[in-house]
Amino acid sequence: MTTASTDTATGTAGEPGDILAVAREQVLERGEGLSEAQVLEVLQLPAERLTEALALAHEVRVRWCGPDIEVEGIVSLKTGGCPEDCHFCSQSGLFDSPVRAAWLDKDRLVEAAKQTAKTGATEFCIVAAVRGPDEKLMEQIRVGVAAIRAEVDINVACSLGMLTQEQVDRLAAMGVHRYNHNLETARSHFPEVVTTHTWEERWETLQMVRAAGMEVCCGGIIGMGETLEQRAEFAVQLAELEPDEVPMNFLIPNPGTPFAHLDVPQGPDALMTIAAFRLAMPKTVLRFAGGRELTLGDLGAEQGMLGGVNAIIVGNYLTNLGRPAEQDLEMLETLKMPIKALNDTL
Amino acid sequence: MFCSFCGGETASGDHEHCRSRLSLIDPPRYCAECARRMVVQVDPMGWTARCSRHGERTSAEAAQR
Ligand code: SF4
Ligand SMILES: [Zn+2]
Ligand SMILES: [Zn+2]
Repeated sequence: MTTASTDTATGTAGEPGDILAVAREQVLERGEGLSEAQVLEVLQLPAERLTEALALAHEVRVRWCGPDIEVEGIVSLKTGGCPEDCHFCSQSGLFDSPVRAAWLDKDRLVEAAKQTAKTGATEFCIVAAVRGPDEKLMEQIRVGVAAIRAEVDINVACSLGMLTQEQVDRLAAMGVHRYNHNLETARSHFPEVVTTHTWEERWETLQMVRAAGMEVCCGGIIGMGETLEQRAEFAVQLAELEPDEVPMNFLIPNPGTPFAHLDVPQGPDALMTIAAFRLAMPKTVLRFAGGRELTLGDLGAEQGMLGGVNAIIVGNYLTNLGRPAEQDLEMLETLKMPIKALNDTL
Repeated sequence: MFCSFCGGETASGDHEHCRSRLSLIDPPRYCAECARRMVVQVDPMGWTARCSRHGERTSAEAAQR
């Protein structure tokens, strides 16, 4: 098994059957995503073909998604103290993490949505560190979503863990536009990452969300000890779900978590993964989420934007900080990438 | 004084990694005066961190230093 994109020197530009030539015809021309075996071939390309892979992924993105970049802000409504054991997560109450429980009040929630809207963002996602929402949280969401919708011009998304059918219906009725629930990693790797619930339980919530008419946002974290084979598996499992949006995170080894000892993913490895995911999902919103600051830095972020990514989270994350929103907005201006307007998302 | 990332004494041990994380992606987690874990709220544009003994710090104050 291989674990880094430079391990296997396959693929030569210009040769018949070369994976990027195949992808050009299959993905760029016909809009058909790569299969698992094909994604793996991309992930195994030698490092010297990274630029070419990113350029193709960018062409695919522009052709099938258009030129616009979707900007989103996120906020943690309920931080820490989660009963689940996702091994990457500093908010699990089962680990000796320095993150303490905190609740955001309604006024600060609305203020966060206003600040986010000022950046030109069209999505504002309210996140809670829970297995699934209880009645108290559902009520806070109802009040919070209503206040934001009354005062701020922005789509509201939620990420509240696993849902019952009744909760799905209530969120849809509140006008929640999109629901985030990450599968996190390949199905075959999930038991190494989470033991308190299953990949299939997450999948079920996602199906209910889709059936209720909310947009589905589902991604994961790269760099949690998965093999390249498992990364390819994950890409096609996401493609099969056909999510409206895929947020791509890169592992932040957080103190106290079982993954604290893992290395920060390497930039070239992360970039090849971005290109491969875009070639697996030509028509999905592919979003830069957490960890890009450590893994890619400023230059790598630009390479990703020119390598298949068409959405970003601006400002801070849930427990970690992002770079200042202005810096990302300047980057988009430099790259001459227009920000998607709200009336294009409805 | 204590390290806001790991809670260890700044005078002993190596905190270079801690400083790097604090400069890039982490709000303070431990009170610099007493090393208590603080209640930290991150929002899109900033953070607040409260020590039960030494009160609240904010990103806005930290930026002015
Ligand atoms: S369910 Fe969410 S908040 Fe809870 S441990 Fe897992 S990732 Fe963290
Ligand atoms: Zn330290
Ligand atoms: Zn203190």
